[in-house]
Amino acid sequence: MTNPKKHLKKRLSREKRFRFVTFLSLAIPITFLTFLVGHIFYQAWPAFFHHYIDLEINAADLQSSSFKESNPDYRLLTRQLLEKNLEITATPQQRRELPRMLSPHASDDLAITLEKLPSSPTTPYIVSLPTSAIIDQYMTTGDNSKLTANQQQWIAALETQEKINRAFDTSFWQSGDSREPEEAGIWGSIMGSFLTMIITLLLSLPFGTAAALYLEEFAKKNFLSRLIEININNLAAVPSIIFGLLGIVVFLGIFGLPRSSPLVGGMVLALMTLPVIIIAARASLRAIPNSIRQAALAVGASHAQVIWHHVFPLALPGILTGTILGMARALGETAPLMMIGMIAFIVDIPSGFTDPSTVLPAQIFMWSDLQETAFVEKTYAAILVLIVFLIMMNLLAIIIRQRVEKKW
Amino acid sequence: MSSTAKISVRQLQVYYGSKQALKNVSLEILPMQVTALIGPSGCGKSTFLRCLNRMNDVIESCRIHGEILLDGQNIYNSDIDVVTLRAKVGMVFQKPNPFPKSIYENVAYAPKLHGLANKRDDLDQIVMTSLEKAGLLAEVKDRLKDPALSLSGGQQQRLCIARAIAINPDVILMDEPCSALDPIATAKVEELIDELRVNFTIVIVTHSMQQAARVSQKTAFFHLGELIETGPTEDIFTKPQDQRTQGYITGRFG
Repeated sequence: MTNPKKHLKKRLSREKRFRFVTFLSLAIPITFLTFLVGHIFYQAWPAFFHHYIDLEINAADLQSSSFKESNPDYRLLTRQLLEKNLEITATPQQRRELPRMLSPHASDDLAITLEKLPSSPTTPYIVSLPTSAIIDQYMTTGDNSKLTANQQQWIAALETQEKINRAFDTSFWQSGDSREPEEAGIWGSIMGSFLTMIITLLLSLPFGTAAALYLEEFAKKNFLSRLIEININNLAAVPSIIFGLLGIVVFLGIFGLPRSSPLVGGMVLALMTLPVIIIAARASLRAIPNSIRQAALAVGASHAQVIWHHVFPLALPGILTGTILGMARALGETAPLMMIGMIAFIVDIPSGFTDPSTVLPAQIFMWSDLQETAFVEKTYAAILVLIVFLIMMNLLAIIIRQRVEKKW
Repeated sequence: MSSTAKISVRQLQVYYGSKQALKNVSLEILPMQVTALIGPSGCGKSTFLRCLNRMNDVIESCRIHGEILLDGQNIYNSDIDVVTLRAKVGMVFQKPNPFPKSIYENVAYAPKLHGLANKRDDLDQIVMTSLEKAGLLAEVKDRLKDPALSLSGGQQQRLCIARAIAINPDVILMDEPCSALDPIATAKVEELIDELRVNFTIVIVTHSMQQAARVSQKTAFFHLGELIETGPTEDIFTKPQDQRTQGYITGRFG
């Protein structure tokens, strides 16, 4: 017989070790997760800002000999404004370097600004034009490897005049994809995701709920219903790319629906979400105690009334929670959409369900392939936006669950 | 005798799959009386009760043979509407099962369902009267909008009784209505049953022989799916004819 005191000590330390191991398996993932999220934040942050150059403009600039009102050359005007503000007269070599300070669409921005102004401004006016990616990069990180000596001088001059400043980049939220990193935005893919999710929700929620109601409330428990049940459960675990294949063959091939459209994307994702919703809806229907059904039946409610007045309203929070979680999964899905052409370079912002569009995760996937630092930042920024959407959906699910939770 | 009976059950046989739960049961249930069904667990008394308003219909494996006449009409005839039948034969369950809604809505649900009240005032009237009859009005009249599940177990059970009588049924079936209640709540429910007897025909399943003796006028003793003995409650408890009845009521088994 061992010493009982020693035995106790041994047991206590064993329990301590066990507790430590379980704690560790929680602490390690949390550390990694914190690091990951922190890294995303750190990388994404610059993408939300951009550097702008303030240029002074007055009536004389618009009436100069080279600027004709009938056929205005805004590229030329932009360069001239730069020259004037920098107080230089550019050599032919410098004439090539100067415009590369600004984003290629800076002259378009200038045109839009001028259109809003009275035809000949009497007082000097300041326009803020976006810098090019290389300048923005230099201003943010100090990386001057892509700048010429002239450009560096000019930047220094602008800085001393306080004519270059950092501001919130609204075009990131307002534009679609672009080859130019400073023009590329996520609004196109956000709209694409939104339109796709609407189709997914409209298809999967009613069909999923109705199917679950049939299986739980009406279907006889026999071999066929069990077979369907098993298949639905297995369908939830089918790799999502298979649904994409089905989309390309059936929706695009047989039905002839438009490629790359939120309509087809939504239909494919609805197929993928359907089993998830059916399973969640069945579980929450089954969780309604039989006593409630019996109580309603006993006062003379018909089967349909029992379902509509009691069972369905009580199961609804659970169904909605399952739906939101299924939708969150669909929102982050890329593989099936690849098959139907939603991972594509699309500049225009989709305005309808049949317009070609892309979705947020697809946009992330495409940007992640590009080398430019600005695109790397945008990749992280888009990831951040997607994560925020997913967190919001999950929060909504939690709120619904807690709000309407009933005890019996 | 059969002409005065509210419900006459004739040669009722009930099967769950291949298992026979009731064997050739015939029983007359008299109007404006409390009939108690007693017997050990699994003797078929609850099955019998649930046949009276066809609550067994929802059990897929359940098969029923024989006749149950309510006011002379077989409730298992194909032209009988179950919904109408259950409006005439109400039920109170073993565990209080109010809807997870307000107290008011619990009582108002069935009258609304059957279109008994066209106006809001009429509905209010029905709810008030039902709660009054169930002896609950004094306790809840200030909080009709409160959730029914905030009531105590005994109050919930009386609410279920109010819910059942709100559509003014002819018969109320009670399946061990006091088994989940404490003695004080039980006493209140028993008192209530005694009052309700004036207006309703009541059939009650109970495990407690004292309860059967206290509330019922007629008692039927079930054993292993058979109706062993039936008669006025006093006779059953004082001079049982059958050995098994005597054994059960004296506590030798069950």
